[in-house]
Amino acid sequence: MHHIDLSSVLRQTLSCDLYSNLVTRPTGAAVRGQIEQLLADPTDSADARSFTIIDFSQVSMIDFSCADEVVAKLLMRYASDDAYFLFRGVNDDHWVAIEAVLERHGLALAVENAEGVKVAGMLSDDERSTWEAVYRLGTANADDVAIATGSDSTLVRGTLDSLCGRRLVMRANDEYIAVGHFQA
Amino acid sequence: MSHVLIVPPSLDEHTFEQLLEQLAPLPPDAKLLVDARHVRWATPYGLTALLTLAQTREERPALAVPELEETLSYWRRAAFFHYAEGLYDLRGAYPKRKETGESSVLLEITPVAGSDDVHGVVGRVQEGAQRILHNEMHLESKAILGFTMTLSEICQNIIEHAGQGGWVAVQSYRWTKRLGRRVVVIAVCDAGLGFRRSLETAPGHLPTTRWDDAAALEEAVIRGVSRFRERGRGHGLAGARNYVGRWNGKLSVRSGTARIGIVPDWDDDPPLVEGLPQFPGAQVQVIIPEAMDGGSTER
Repeated sequence: MHHIDLSSVLRQTLSCDLYSNLVTRPTGAAVRGQIEQLLADPTDSADARSFTIIDFSQVSMIDFSCADEVVAKLLMRYASDDAYFLFRGVNDDHWVAIEAVLERHGLALAVENAEGVKVAGMLSDDERSTWEAVYRLGTANADDVAIATGSDSTLVRGTLDSLCGRRLVMRANDEYIAVGHFQA
Repeated sequence: MSHVLIVPPSLDEHTFEQLLEQLAPLPPDAKLLVDARHVRWATPYGLTALLTLAQTREERPALAVPELEETLSYWRRAAFFHYAEGLYDLRGAYPKRKETGESSVLLEITPVAGSDDVHGVVGRVQEGAQRILHNEMHLESKAILGFTMTLSEICQNIIEHAGQGGWVAVQSYRWTKRLGRRVVVIAVCDAGLGFRRSLETAPGHLPTTRWDDAAALEEAVIRGVSRFRERGRGHGLAGARNYVGRWNGKLSVRSGTARIGIVPDWDDDPPLVEGLPQFPGAQVQVIIPEAMDGGSTER
């Protein structure tokens, strides 16, 4: 598991460390580049499943261009890998820019706050309720989720496949685990 | 022989056009004397546009500084003379730059040429935001955050599209004539490519039957089109447009021969003006009014 403190990465990319703002597209691209380097750990096997916490706790603000580079492009870059992200420390101020770029690209992510983990961004109602059921259940198979949501199990399987494809739920044999539950 | 351009007594985004009308018939290498002696008041747009004007000239122009002490004092606090010394031959006595204490200048005139400059601009505005935007203008924290994001995105517009550096300034003042309350203003001006030429560099760009500065501004400001074809591009001005709409503000963008605006109900500017005198680059202004009765201006 990786834990990436964005403010530390930011300080490594800027020529001065006076500010803790994630602003400008070049800064965002540089920060994402650093994250990609950290994730390309040669000790990890190429086909390994990875889980990464992206920590915004020490970031003052993020603008639209930077959010596009750091959040949207990061999610899109790893969409075809077995890579899972949990965003931590995202406050309302950060969310303004992050929500805009998620909408623009049709993306969704898992975000952790004081109340727990939730999914946010562009999700259908079925995806959202299915994810919430998986998260509540901890580890569950499709039938468990169907019972929990009161939905048809074939439909639930389709939704779970979609959530796996979006890297919001991980599949282990016949069971599903929501991002946020397998961080420990 | 120098051609004399008379600067109007009140210099803002509208009266600056009078200066450009005087400039329009002159060749780029004509010797100029910009006569600002009778200027009493200038907005951040007026001051940054004056610096930009000098950058468009082949011959270094001269500038006769204002006579009014109060005007000189403000222009000094805004760092106008500091940068004008490098662009104009300044005529007349003017005060030298010194560190200022509390003032309504949230960000003095600052050159923007690279990403690091934007970090500096955003950081300095954040330092003064609580004092001016919250305490004096009663803007809530959401509005202050959006203001800083908008500032960042508009400054980036220079870096990504102008092809050369530009200027930014931020100030709050009481706008008695129009609103009777305080406003905070961002002005960002450059003498670079301008929107039409920038969009023409987009891969596969095909001009429409009506392709001119106004059409380019409509594409960029209203439809969020960027010269970069990636899906995530075009956030900057789209974000600024949403922000001013939400906080009852005004956005105006001038480029080439046209100006487009997101105009609130307290202003009577037309949303699109065409046939203005040609001026290189892009000049952007954002105005956010003080929250009324200490409450929200959010719409």
